[in-house]
Amino acid sequence: MGEMQELSTFWFVTIAAVKVVAVFTVVMGVVAYMTLAERRVSAFIQDRLGPNRVGPFGLLQPIADGIKNIIKEETMPGTAAKFYFVLGPALAIMPAVVTIAVIPFAAPLPTPVGTVDMVVADVPIGILYILALSSLAVYGIVLSGWASNNKYAFLGGLRASAQMISYEVALGLSVIAVLLLVGNVTLTETVWKQQQLGMWFVFPLSLAFIFFLISALAETNRLPFDMPEAESELITGYHTEYSAMKFSMFFIAEYAHVVTASALLATLFFGGWDIPFWTGDDMFRHEGGWIRGFDEAGAPIPATPSVLITLLTLGAFCAKTGFFLLLYIWIRWTLPRFRYDQVMHLGWKVLLPGALGYIMLVAGTMLVLDQLEVPYGMLYGGVLTAVSGITTLAFLFFVDRDRVISGAHRKRNVAGRRLPVAPKAGGPAATS
Amino acid sequence: MTDVLFVLFAVVATGGGIGVVTGRSPVASLLFMVATLASLAGIYVLFEAHFLAAIQVLVYAGAIMVLFLFVIMLLNLGHDYRADLKYGSWFLLSLVVVGLTAGVLVQGLMGTGETGLRAGGAEVAAALDAAVVEKGAVGVIADPLFTDYVVAFELMGLLLLVAIVAAVVLAKPRDPEAGE
Repeated sequence: MGEMQELSTFWFVTIAAVKVVAVFTVVMGVVAYMTLAERRVSAFIQDRLGPNRVGPFGLLQPIADGIKNIIKEETMPGTAAKFYFVLGPALAIMPAVVTIAVIPFAAPLPTPVGTVDMVVADVPIGILYILALSSLAVYGIVLSGWASNNKYAFLGGLRASAQMISYEVALGLSVIAVLLLVGNVTLTETVWKQQQLGMWFVFPLSLAFIFFLISALAETNRLPFDMPEAESELITGYHTEYSAMKFSMFFIAEYAHVVTASALLATLFFGGWDIPFWTGDDMFRHEGGWIRGFDEAGAPIPATPSVLITLLTLGAFCAKTGFFLLLYIWIRWTLPRFRYDQVMHLGWKVLLPGALGYIMLVAGTMLVLDQLEVPYGMLYGGVLTAVSGITTLAFLFFVDRDRVISGAHRKRNVAGRRLPVAPKAGGPAATS
Repeated sequence: MTDVLFVLFAVVATGGGIGVVTGRSPVASLLFMVATLASLAGIYVLFEAHFLAAIQVLVYAGAIMVLFLFVIMLLNLGHDYRADLKYGSWFLLSLVVVGLTAGVLVQGLMGTGETGLRAGGAEVAAALDAAVVEKGAVGVIADPLFTDYVVAFELMGLLLLVAIVAAVVLAKPRDPEAGE
């Protein structure tokens, strides 16, 4: 048992093609229904009904929207730079749909021709591939803003480029904490190391999770970070001049980014396709076979891939990703938009130094644990969880004191019916 | 298959390079530059230098070029630079530099001795494959960087720091009351 049958080249190429088509189709389907979910959930939050006329519960609404967008008239502003105006949406959508390729979505599947990895491309650079390609996403937005020859669109494009560069830094630094604990950059190994640690990385790396969640929100340009669109200030920012399917492509790109970010959050911090409290699904490629782990003597314990485990783990992955998709919608319809200087302040003055300090803390704790020869497992994770938990609480305590989100502590004073402290004569005013 | 892809990337990279210097608008030049950088990343992948390819896209195409684009758009460059593109002594100088670089490249590619790029060949490739399996795609680069070349690495960091400090000093608005 545990022996691995390698795929022949023919089957490798065929199965890879099937996986590409399947994952692409699923992502596009999720994107379509995410638009419906967004409208239905926002309606629920605002005590409305939302679109419920097309098909049962409005389930055919995305199809109606798609048809509408295709048959609508395409407008082209007279003074636009035509080539770049058309290039913009294409450049926006390309990175959005290819980044999902490296995320493993289930345990390996046994087939008659060999065991198939449930990931489109298990490239050796894993997470770096996602960071690299998503850094290209900004071109589509900036170029379309510039090519529209419209001041609002242009401002939106400039805001997008400044914001995405700023938060890429924080995003990358928060991932480094995960890389330290994994010791590699591939996402299959990230899942495996979480199974070996006996806990998901959200516990030992809680602060990195918070930083990553915030940065990912900013990178996808969603509320409260939708400065590039900001309807109340910029009409709709970079896609003001776009209509019909070109307009729709920006939305497909945005939702595809949200899907990738959710899947990435699930993989990096919530165990990927791992099923909690069960070691039966642990599986990793090791010296030409599949192993479940190592026994006390350090010998590998073989694992047997099965169709049932693949289906169960696929379900676990979908549930986790679905949760984050819902969280994205939930945040969008709950929080108001930041001011632009607040966005920059949070990115450069809070997240960047915070993430840097946290990397040092995690690395230092790991160094001490390794020196004490604590084995990689529950105790190792427990110590890191304690250290991270204290840091996270301290961080939350400091951020929420009228520095980033103003008014938080003043409101408490009102509720407690305490009178504001009177300003000293001649001293500075008693504002924050 | 690999050869076809290599030729494709090489053509795009060279064409992009020509496009950068002949482009009519700064934005077009910048996009040609991005195409060149992306094609180079593709060539790195063909050489199985995945990490290098990712960093190439992440740092150059994804960050530095976006900053360039940002600056070009903020300054809204017109065609003021046309006057600088005269065929003068700079043109001759650039021809000399191009000629010398081409000579070094030909020497490196064709030479089979110690200095040739093809020296070692299959043995080097096999050793590299083994190292990737052992240390991972990042470890192969990181290991020598933080052991054998750590002094050079730190000096590079220092150099960049100096450049950043210099940029900040230059960009700082002059205080009119300081009286310089």
